[in-house]
Amino acid sequence: MSHGTLLVFEVTILVLAIFLGFEVISKVPTLLHTPLMSGTNAIHGIVVVGAMLVLGLGHKGPFMWIIGFLAVVLGSANVVGGFVVTDRMLEMFKKREPAKQVDASQNGKGA
Amino acid sequence: MSYNVSNLLYLITIVTFILALHYLSSPAHARRGNQLGAVGMVIAVVVTWIKTGGTSWWALALGMLLGGGFGAVAARRVKMTAMPQMVALFNGVGGGAAALIALAELHRILPEPGRPKIDIGAAIVLSGLIGAISFAGSMVAFAKLQELIKGRPITYPGQKAGNLVLLGACVALGATLVAGVQDQWLLWALIAGAALFGVLFVLPIGGADMPVVISLLNAFTGLAVAAGGFELENNVLIVSGMLVGASGTFLTMMMGKAMNRSIANVIFGAFGQVTEAAAAIAAGGGGAVRSASAEDVAVMLAYAHKVVFVPGYGLAVAQAQHDVRQLADLLESKGVEVSYAIHPVAGRMPGHMNVLLAEANVPYPQLKEMDDANGEFPRTDVAVVVGANDVVNPDARSNTSSPIYGMPILNVDDAQAVVVLKRSMNPGFAGIENPLFYNPKTVMLFGDAKASIVKLVQGVKAL
Repeated sequence: MSHGTLLVFEVTILVLAIFLGFEVISKVPTLLHTPLMSGTNAIHGIVVVGAMLVLGLGHKGPFMWIIGFLAVVLGSANVVGGFVVTDRMLEMFKKREPAKQVDASQNGKGA
Repeated sequence: MSYNVSNLLYLITIVTFILALHYLSSPAHARRGNQLGAVGMVIAVVVTWIKTGGTSWWALALGMLLGGGFGAVAARRVKMTAMPQMVALFNGVGGGAAALIALAELHRILPEPGRPKIDIGAAIVLSGLIGAISFAGSMVAFAKLQELIKGRPITYPGQKAGNLVLLGACVALGATLVAGVQDQWLLWALIAGAALFGVLFVLPIGGADMPVVISLLNAFTGLAVAAGGFELENNVLIVSGMLVGASGTFLTMMMGKAMNRSIANVIFGAFGQVTEAAAAIAAGGGGAVRSASAEDVAVMLAYAHKVVFVPGYGLAVAQAQHDVRQLADLLESKGVEVSYAIHPVAGRMPGHMNVLLAEANVPYPQLKEMDDANGEFPRTDVAVVVGANDVVNPDARSNTSSPIYGMPILNVDDAQAVVVLKRSMNPGFAGIENPLFYNPKTVMLFGDAKASIVKLVQGVKAL
């Protein structure tokens, strides 16, 4: 594939991704806005893939190595931290209405 | 692994990311969505690992271990109240990684014969510029929320003009690079300038607006990552980065809308800066404030038919969500109808309060969003404001000179009585005087939110 063809293809999926991004979150309720911000934060952790390519495929001496290594460290922190924080937030949204009823009635008896 | 095979596998990753965002539209399967996204991320990392063919595998492993280890520990240890600054931190490092990729790519292609292609050059400049702004801006946002530096806006004369000149200089450097001046130092200067701009552009923004800024910087990092995808001719970076760029922009606009302010106003408004003058005026002619004892308030609550709690950041800081739930349960056992009114921007991020209350096992159906809650206040006996301030400030409805005029608020003053739990008469996070406190319907219960709630629990139990 020539560079021009590839570029047109890349721009195409870029534009489609813009619309998809708008579309897919337009239905997210306010109460999930914080996890949403955190979840998208984890997704852009995909930058670690770019960092790995720089570190893994760059054979251009110590400069590339150091930059690539730093990028991998930062990118990995983004990925792992992002997903773990989001998971911790969403863990709290578990379905719990039935359990809660029991909880409340027990408290009621106690009081 | 061939180019085609790896791209097909990357497509799986892209699909999981889209599903992850899609599943976030309901609390029931949001968590599964996020886990699916994590699986997609693992696939992408494994594919990329194989692609690199084992070159410097130990460096890759070490880097991932260091970064991933830090991320895991920090994310596990952080308290729920400190989530916003954690998101800022992880967002910043992502932006930093994108900027570093730009540096490395320019370094790689410069020795090649001929001029770098214009689109690759532009992508390098964009990811360097936006990534560096996002990195530095997020670090300042982190420092502000962590209270390492002052949360209040920091302003000085010529600030906007200075920032504009700096940004212009960065763009000019970028244009020079794209036009074909082949010098790595241009990109270093560009990145340094952009980082400085990132710091200067977040400094004047007040702490209360920080969530909007983090959301905006989140979108920035997405864009920087997408640009990185163009440099490396990598689909998964382009699509995932742009997904975040687009959804982050949309989310930022929704957050601005919830506060009835444009994004430009958030960024350039230096919100909450006029406070001292305003506070002085209000203190002069403010009228009387009634304060009550915990016992009095306990009686009010126990004999009410309907009580609405209005939680704010004060509740989060005091870690009082569990005690509030205990008080609510106790009141319910006495036959009081209890609900919670959640303002869209209560706390420091939209949905922040929902997360905290969910942590304390508050059942969903009791959480009312603003419009529902405002319908209920007129038939509410007691509205209990726990550490909230600006989101219940009637000035937003009536006082055109107030900086928050026009922001939709919770109309707690429609209730028969209002109890405000507050540490002192200091103005809130945004630093704006609140006439609600001087309303004859209002009684103040001063003290730490947690201690006050515990006293109320004891008071109600003793009845």
